[in-house]
Amino acid sequence: MTAQLAIFFILAVIAVLGALSLIFQRHPIHSALSLIVVMVALAGLYLLMGADFVAAVQIIVYGGAIMVLFIFVIMLLNAGIEERTDVSKLAGIAGIPLAVALLGFLAAAVARSSESAQGSGQMALASTKEISTMLFREFVYPFELTSFLILVAILGALVLAQRDN
Amino acid sequence: MVPTNYYLVLSAILFGLGVVAFVFKRNIIAIFMSIELMLNAVNLAFVAFSQAKHQSDGQVFVLFVIVVAAAEAAVGLGIIILTARNRQSLNVEKVNLLKL
Amino acid sequence: MNAFLFANATLIITLVKVALLLFIVLTVNAYLTWFERKVVAHMQSRWGPHRVGPHGLLQPLADGAKFLLKEDPTPAGVDKFTYFLAPLMALALALTSIAIIPFGPNPLPWKIWGQDVYLGITNLNIGILALFAITALSVYGVALAGWSSNSKYPLLGGLRSSAQMVSYELALTMSVVGVLLMAGSFNLRDIITAQSHHLERGIFGWNVWPQILGFFCFFIAAVAETNRVPFDLPEAESELVAGFHTEYASFKFAMFFIAEYTSMITVSCLCTIMFFGGWLSPIPELPWLHFTHYLPSAILIPFGLWVIWDGIRYETIFGRVVLPAIGTVITAIGVVLAVFPAVNEFVQGPFWLLAKIGTFLFIYVWMRGTLPRFRYDQLMSFGWKLLLPVSIANVVITAFVLLMRGPQ
Repeated sequence: MTAQLAIFFILAVIAVLGALSLIFQRHPIHSALSLIVVMVALAGLYLLMGADFVAAVQIIVYGGAIMVLFIFVIMLLNAGIEERTDVSKLAGIAGIPLAVALLGFLAAAVARSSESAQGSGQMALASTKEISTMLFREFVYPFELTSFLILVAILGALVLAQRDN
Repeated sequence: MVPTNYYLVLSAILFGLGVVAFVFKRNIIAIFMSIELMLNAVNLAFVAFSQAKHQSDGQVFVLFVIVVAAAEAAVGLGIIILTARNRQSLNVEKVNLLKL
Repeated sequence: MNAFLFANATLIITLVKVALLLFIVLTVNAYLTWFERKVVAHMQSRWGPHRVGPHGLLQPLADGAKFLLKEDPTPAGVDKFTYFLAPLMALALALTSIAIIPFGPNPLPWKIWGQDVYLGITNLNIGILALFAITALSVYGVALAGWSSNSKYPLLGGLRSSAQMVSYELALTMSVVGVLLMAGSFNLRDIITAQSHHLERGIFGWNVWPQILGFFCFFIAAVAETNRVPFDLPEAESELVAGFHTEYASFKFAMFFIAEYTSMITVSCLCTIMFFGGWLSPIPELPWLHFTHYLPSAILIPFGLWVIWDGIRYETIFGRVVLPAIGTVITAIGVVLAVFPAVNEFVQGPFWLLAKIGTFLFIYVWMRGTLPRFRYDQLMSFGWKLLLPVSIANVVITAFVLLMRGPQ
C-alpha cells in the first residue's frame, strides 16, 4: 500500500461519501455543500494524477463560481427542507437491488478490462504549457465556439431572470 | 502507482450515484446538482484516460466540459428561478399542469 | 531513531515548518490589529491603545483573552451545521494560503537530516493558481455565514459581500496575467527570478514599472476581495450592524477577524512577490554598493537603542522592565547581523520581503484611516465597468508588447 494508493482511497471515500450525502440530505444547502466536498476531492484526485492545471481550474470554476451560483439561487429562492411525498414502493423493493447489481456488473467489467495500464504518475511535460498549446492549435475552433456559447448563456440568463416591467 | 481501473470504477460509482440522485430527489435544485455530479464523474474518467495514454487531449476536453457545465448552470438556474416564481414551489411534482 | 528521522525527514521538517509558520502568522495577526489601531488613532490625532502594557503592546493579548472567555451564544433558528462551518472554512482557507508563499531565496545554510530546508512550506508549480482557488473558495465562508444566521442584516450583508467578492475575483485574476506572461510560469519563485535578470537596475527591474496598470488593478481588486475599506460596505458598522458576522459572538467572530487579517497579509505578500520583486533589494547590485547589505543592522541597532532609551523613562514599572529587554534583544540581533557576514547574506532576502510586506500592510491601514467607503452600486459598477476592462486591456497590451519584442 504505497502512499499514492492510500491517498487515492482516502479521496475516493470522501468523494463517495459526499455523493451519498448529496442524496440523503433533505435541505438543498446541505446537498450543495456535499457537492462542493465531492468537487474538492476530485480536484485532489486530479492533483494525484499530475493534472494540476485541471485541478486548479476545477476548484476555481466549478467550486468557486458554479457552486456559488447554486448557493445564491438556494438562498434567494428561500429553499427549505424537501417535503415527503409518497415514493413508489416498487421502486424501492425492485429498483435498489437492480441498481446495485447493474453497478456491480459495470464495475466488474471495467476492472477486468484489458485497459489495466498502470498510470505512470506525473505527466511527462509541463501541464499548463501543453494544454494551452493544444487549446490554441488543435482545439482552437471549439475554444472560440465556447466563448460564443458563454455569451449566449449570459444573454439567456439575463433574459430569463429579469422581472416583467 | 494507482491503476487506471481504480479511477474508472470510482467514476462509474459517482455517475451511478448521480443518476440515483436525479431519479429520487424531488427538489429541482438538487436534481440539477446531480447533473453536475454526473458531469464531474465523466471529467474524472477523461483525466484518468489522459494520464494513461500520456496525451493532454483528455485534460483539454475536461476544460470544455467545465465551461459547458458553467453555461448550462447559468441558464438552468434562470429557468429554475422562473419555474419557482410561477409554481411557488421547488417541488418538481408540482410542475404538473400538462398532466392528464 | 536516527534512521527513522532520516527516512521521514521531509514530512517531519514540513510539519515543524507548518507549526512554526502558524504560530508566527497568528502572532503577526494579533500585532497587526495593534498596529492598525495605533496607526489609525495617530491619524485621527489620538493615542490608540496605550494603557494595556507599555505602548499598548499587551492589547492583543487582552483581546484574545476576551474572545476566549466571552459568552458564545447560538441564536435560535440557525442552521447549526452551516453556522459552525462558515467561520471554520473562512479561517482554514485563509491560513492555508500562507503555505504557498516563499519567504526567502536560499535554503538554510546547514542541512537538517540531509535535506535542504527552504523558507516556505511548499513550492507549487501552480502557485498563483492555487492561491486563486483558495480565494474563490473563501466566498463560501461569507455567504454561508450570512445565510445561516437566520436574520435580515446578516443575509443582506452576506449576499452583498459574496457578490462583491465574486465580481472582483475576475479583475484580480485578469490583472495578474500580465505578470504571468512576463514570467512564463505560475510558480512564485520563478516570478521573482524573472524579475532578477537585471539586478544592476535595482528598483527599476521590478515588475511594477512595465505592469503599472496591472498593479493598480490587482491592488484595488485585492482590497475589495478582502472586504477592507473603501470596499467594506457589507460589514460596515453604521450601515448593516456588522454585516455577515452580526450573529457571531466571541470565538467565531475572532475566527472571521483572523481570517480577514490573514488574507490581508497574503495579499500584501502577493503584491510584493509579483510586482515589487519579492526578496530582491531595491538598491542595485553593484560592487561599490555592497555596504548597503548592512542596512538591516543599520536599522535594527538604532531602533533597539531608542526602545531602550524610551523604556528607561516609561511611566509604569512593567514598561521600565519590558521595553529595555525588548530593545536589548533588537540591538543584539542587529549586532549579530553586522558581525557575521554569512548570516547577514542569508537574512537579506527575507528582510527585504518583510519590509515590503510591512509597507503594504501600512498602506492598507492608511487607507482604512483615510478613505470613505463606496456605496454598493458604485462598488459593483466600478468592478465590472472599470476594473475588468482595464485589466483585460492590460493583458492585451502586455501580450502585444511581448510579441513585438520577440523571444528572448
